[in-house]
Amino acid sequence: MSDQALQAFTVPLRLDSGGALKGLEIAYRTFGALNAERSNAILVCHALTLDQHLAGPHPSTGKPGWWQRMVGPGLPLDPERHFIICSNVVGGCMGSTGPASINPGTDAPWGLDFPVVTIADMVRAQAMLVEALGIERLFAVVGGSMGGMQVLQWAADYPKRLSAAICIAGAARHSAQNIAFHEVGRQAIMADPDWRGGAYASHGVRPERGLAVARMAAHITYLSEPALQRKFGRELQRDGLSWGFDADFQVESYLRHQGAAFVERFDANSYLYITRAMDYFDLTAGSPEGLARAFAAARDVRFCLFSFTSDWLYPTSESRAIVRALNAAGARASFVEIATDKGHDAFLLDEPQLTAALAGFLGAAAPR
Amino acid sequence: MTPQRPDFAEILRLVPSGARVLDVGCGEGELLDLLIRHNGVDGRGIEISAEGVSACLARGLSVMQGDADRDLDYFPAGAFDVVILSQTLQAVPRPRHVLSEMLRIGERAIVTLPNFGHWRARLDLLTRGRMPMTRALPEPWWGTANIHLCTLGDFAALAADLGLIIEACAAFAGGRRSSPARPGRGSENWRAETALFLLRRAGPGRSPDP
Repeated sequence: MSDQALQAFTVPLRLDSGGALKGLEIAYRTFGALNAERSNAILVCHALTLDQHLAGPHPSTGKPGWWQRMVGPGLPLDPERHFIICSNVVGGCMGSTGPASINPGTDAPWGLDFPVVTIADMVRAQAMLVEALGIERLFAVVGGSMGGMQVLQWAADYPKRLSAAICIAGAARHSAQNIAFHEVGRQAIMADPDWRGGAYASHGVRPERGLAVARMAAHITYLSEPALQRKFGRELQRDGLSWGFDADFQVESYLRHQGAAFVERFDANSYLYITRAMDYFDLTAGSPEGLARAFAAARDVRFCLFSFTSDWLYPTSESRAIVRALNAAGARASFVEIATDKGHDAFLLDEPQLTAALAGFLGAAAPR
Repeated sequence: MTPQRPDFAEILRLVPSGARVLDVGCGEGELLDLLIRHNGVDGRGIEISAEGVSACLARGLSVMQGDADRDLDYFPAGAFDVVILSQTLQAVPRPRHVLSEMLRIGERAIVTLPNFGHWRARLDLLTRGRMPMTRALPEPWWGTANIHLCTLGDFAALAADLGLIIEACAAFAGGRRSSPARPGRGSENWRAETALFLLRRAGPGRSPDP
């Protein structure tokens, strides 16, 4: 029911940094079929460390897709009704052009010569893909976390090219705390001697320790304190303490496992570039009025925002600020705050209320 | 589908077709749905429960989770032609603030509320010396969400104090609408179980909160 593909572009991707990226390739996956009216396409935007494999077995890990529970017959994203597209972001490491790709100018991996990309650049590349697929107007653009930021950017930059925008656990700009956590992760990577100034690929090494630490620190921010306590408490791995620095506590072992599993599937430089893109993200232009101006042309877009009560990374207040701006812009905005103790990651987990509300919103907005 | 509730029927009569409407405390969106079908309004809602909002989403309504007391300031001045608050004003912490906010973001407001001046309520207090429990006020004092009960006369006085003009008033008793009412008149204040007010601004009002 799904197709994997790679779209190569002859036109360079214009970048916010001022330059352009030649030889852009975007890896994507689709589910379902485009209808005759070309009106049933839904673009799903993925989060920081996720990819185009939102459903179906992941080609490298064999695990179910990250949004498996949302995709399928009778589910909110229904391949029998929708043509679902998910593409790896530019700067990523799952097939789209990124810092691990070959720089056509040097025939070596880009490394840190890769240009800094932004959320708007990612969205521009998606818009090129959507156009290449022959779709003038998307029925919906949906995403959580960084995916939610892309959704907002879509509404700001291409308001005439989408009917509905669904932003889950997102924000209109990265806060000081968001940037601070990302900086910890980046510094961990750059402090790893195997990072080699970003040129690790040509040295045949990988900064796995640094990337694992970055993942461990970030993973804590995706969970709530109560969820972490409920899951692990002070439970020990073995009977008794080691009186050393082994992973005595289950939470330590869990984080180490998260770090180790992550380096298997993710590129350290991609982590630097994508976190940078998120840090640079700011649709507000410094004020609530600025955010309302960003949505000035999006009055015909139906928005739906979701937040989670225990998400301290992109808390409810961030979603509410977006709703306020949408109201000020005269756009149609719905907003649901879901009560859960699962923290930011709740958008990936079993939250029946999210599933039901998303199905309801998409069903009522169904393309005609 | 025609409205079963007499207050809904009255609201449908009062809201102009094509109006921009905000229903504050819209529940599962019944009234908004009726207004969109019958009057072709551009409708939005605010609802406190996530379940209510989800039900509204499935109806295709644009609804924001929030509460009347806090979240009307999400909307710019003059965003709506009509702002509706049904059987809720008596349950909010700051009724005066809410009423004033409704008429900041809306040209007009429609408010329905139980009348504490109804004769049964007065009789309960007079004869039993106990807080009234009636059809419109069925909960005991310790279990009710109604923390700011008022009579029709009280409400009319607050409206006047905020510089609002009551354009229309309807009184309901026994599940039926009685004749067009004038809230200042003593007889209505005795007879109405619940009442509906259509209000508009009369020039610059006074400050919302003392």
